[in-house]
Amino acid sequence: MSEIQNTTNHAELAEVFNNDEARVDWHDETLWWIRSKRDVAVNKISNWEVLREAASQIKNNVLSNLSNYLQQFESNALSNGITVHWATDAKEHNQIVLSILEKHSIHQMVKSKSMLTEECHLNDFLEANGIDVIDSDLGERIVQLAKEMPSHIVLPCIHKKKEEIGELFHQHLGTPAGNADPQFLTETARQHLRDTFLTRRAALTGVNFAIAETGEFVVCTNEGNADMGAHLADVHIASMGIEKIIPERKHLGVFLRLLTRSATGQPITTYSSHFKRPNKDKEMHIIIVDNGRSIQLGREDFRNSLKCIRCGACMNTCPVYRRSGGHSYHNAISGPIGSILAPNLDMEKYADLPFASTLCGSCTNVCPVKIDIHQQLYKWRQVIVKNGYVPAAKKASMQIMNWTLSSPTVYHTAGKAGRFVLKYAPFMVSNKLNPWYKHRDMPEPPKESFGEWYKKNRGN
Amino acid sequence: MTSREKILSAVKANQPDLAILPDVDFLLQEDIDVPEKFIAALTAIGGQVIAVENYAVIKAFIAKNVEQSSRKITTVSELADIAEYIEDNIAKPHSLENVDYAIIEADLAVAENGAIWVTEDKIRTRVLPFITQHLGVIVRRGGIVPTMHQAYNKIGLNDYGFATFIAGPSKTADIEQSLVLGAHGARSMTVFLMS
Repeated sequence: MSEIQNTTNHAELAEVFNNDEARVDWHDETLWWIRSKRDVAVNKISNWEVLREAASQIKNNVLSNLSNYLQQFESNALSNGITVHWATDAKEHNQIVLSILEKHSIHQMVKSKSMLTEECHLNDFLEANGIDVIDSDLGERIVQLAKEMPSHIVLPCIHKKKEEIGELFHQHLGTPAGNADPQFLTETARQHLRDTFLTRRAALTGVNFAIAETGEFVVCTNEGNADMGAHLADVHIASMGIEKIIPERKHLGVFLRLLTRSATGQPITTYSSHFKRPNKDKEMHIIIVDNGRSIQLGREDFRNSLKCIRCGACMNTCPVYRRSGGHSYHNAISGPIGSILAPNLDMEKYADLPFASTLCGSCTNVCPVKIDIHQQLYKWRQVIVKNGYVPAAKKASMQIMNWTLSSPTVYHTAGKAGRFVLKYAPFMVSNKLNPWYKHRDMPEPPKESFGEWYKKNRGN
Repeated sequence: MTSREKILSAVKANQPDLAILPDVDFLLQEDIDVPEKFIAALTAIGGQVIAVENYAVIKAFIAKNVEQSSRKITTVSELADIAEYIEDNIAKPHSLENVDYAIIEADLAVAENGAIWVTEDKIRTRVLPFITQHLGVIVRRGGIVPTMHQAYNKIGLNDYGFATFIAGPSKTADIEQSLVLGAHGARSMTVFLMS
């Protein structure tokens, strides 16, 4: 994990990923295959666009009335017998989890997928405080064994080859060396984690949707790990960002239809579990976390990012994500959506992310809740430049560009010089110092500019 | 100021002007061939659908396909003679760790995705449909609705402590996108579709 966090430049990290060209091709094709499955599933729904629009409008309403919905959710959850906690930031969230565990003298916890706890670096914090945490989603368990962060919010170890996973299982779970059969490895994890589920007294899950009207929350998994953990433990802790609220139970009909079709092309996850009251003699806790979300809510250009339901469709379709890998985004949430959420948390640290895009707009087209992702990426670039957070080289080149484009004389001279260089000294630009030359050939220069041609042919 | 007050006041200060909540009831109109679609959807996600006329057929199926010595649990009183019948919530759910086959009943199923809806009272013990190695569910043809919208319309504001949609066997594709059935929950799901 440390390696990823210390380097903070998407381009550099993408270059590391691109050292292995065969792997990049494989990664690219795998994600595109998932995107294609999404298309097949979506095309089976006749009113898909109507559904997207409904989801978008429901989320717009949620954001505009969030303070009331949060209070409504809290009061209903409380009357259902759930304990509700509020955390302004990651630190407070982690402290609340620890205090619940300490109250029960619990030193081991099983966890199902929660990107919020990744954002809060909960595992590192708990481990430093003597709590053993086991991630139970297979993909998350694999990256946990590899001491890495998930590279994708839905497919945490999409960057890993089965042979690498086989080796990890050999080292940590004692499987025979060289066995990389997915069926065999999954069965091994099932046996191993079954014992974990049966012996942990505390389970932490994420929250996909929290319903203001009823005070219940919904957790979606394919593996059944959230349910195995939560129903066998004495204490169930559920962590949610403030934006997970939806107004009414019937709105789940809209969101559950959109979520997995967008994510993996499945019609629904295997399990969509609705937790309303703690089991008899058990405890259920909800931690409602802000961690910068209320600030993003106040940024008019970026607040739409809070509509996200974490399906990952924007990553699967993104030509940059597919060829640079999730770790190049050095943030818990990678890809296009991560690139518009991260600068809100730390504009300087994540200044590079909005530039990790071609602005092709494919992310916006597949987003089930109609977030204008590529437009926000473009707007973040401007905010970041205005605030002075661009790298020196990019800043210098943009200043030169500005100087060139604001003076006709300089512009014409520069054009001539450019054509001269490309014609007589192509090595000046076609070299390793020019990032545009990587994986590309520079174009054949035209003999003259359009301006010169026009003067010659049409000029009075 | 408590964290609760801090968050709520920041949200209130920063949230945009009220946007109206759209009416989504028009989505209830979708019409599809219900039982056929349900069978196709559940089969596509790895489940199995067996058409049955009565409980005797289910008993015969289980006698034929589930090993005699395996531990079978049911929450359906009509099947009490072929499986351990549980009437109430089990205080120690861990005691279900060696269940091979659980047979439950569901009143509601969804054609578009093959999901069945079970509330806590149908399963008695929350962990039952997850911890069992194999799951059998009795669904009546008339209980199938076209889409999730009709499903939630039927659920309404019914009260439950826990409820879940289950669509097929537990699965994962986390290793190189190879689909494997039987991740942490049931390895198989058989729906007995009763006419």
